[in-house]
Amino acid sequence: MSRNGFPEIQLSIGSRFENIELVQVVVDESLGRTELDEDSRYWIGIAVREALANAIKHGNQRDPGKRVAVGFRVEEDVVSISIADEGKGFDPTTVDSPLEPENLLRPDGRGIFYMKRFMDEILYDFGSAGGTTVTMKKRIEPSGDDPRAVKEVEG
Amino acid sequence: MKVSSRERDGVTILDLKGKITIGVGDVALRDAVQETLNNGARQILINMSEVTTIDSSGIGEIVAAFTTVTNREGKLRLYGIPPKVSDILQITQLVTVLDIMDDEEEAVASFSR
Repeated sequence: MSRNGFPEIQLSIGSRFENIELVQVVVDESLGRTELDEDSRYWIGIAVREALANAIKHGNQRDPGKRVAVGFRVEEDVVSISIADEGKGFDPTTVDSPLEPENLLRPDGRGIFYMKRFMDEILYDFGSAGGTTVTMKKRIEPSGDDPRAVKEVEG
Repeated sequence: MKVSSRERDGVTILDLKGKITIGVGDVALRDAVQETLNNGARQILINMSEVTTIDSSGIGEIVAAFTTVTNREGKLRLYGIPPKVSDILQITQLVTVLDIMDDEEEAVASFSR
């Protein structure tokens, strides 16, 4: 249980895209108990989708035998969502910006950009035995603030 | 996601409904555009008005469809962009490269100009 009474949630899913929908239901329900406005909850949901898709596709290489662990907690005024895969890890600093002119028409490479855009903080932890855990944090702002209006993100 | 196809003044309109997300809607969109091209159509209009969610794979599929149709000497345009999808297209700066129209009337007419 988080300190403010929100239940801490931990899920484990197989590496299948269909399972993203299941996690989304739980995350939506949990976010609905916070004071986040509807828009913020929607954009956090998109960020969670992207992190899950990366974990399943790039981390676990869609191996159904590998798991993705999801953690959700609210502490003070911050929502924290962690997503861990069993993959080989990657260097997030080498990911190209999708906003560069030569990348605009690429069909891929926008997932991490969305996560950075819609969340306040993104942390990566690469386990010594393999696996990547991405933790995404979002401050709970009073309703009416547009989380996209003031934030600039480098690719 | 559901995709249905219809014709209007020589333009093939694909009506999308639901989520365009990884592993589900993105594949359906790709298949629908490919089938439309295989049927000989080169003027393709995508009605986005009933799209509820689009993730980066969905956006990628829209971009891929635009590139594929353009490379086959066709034109692909979009209309009926819901507010949150519009936000995504703005954030990704794809509004600067995709052909986006306000409504179906204007969009269909644009192909004959």
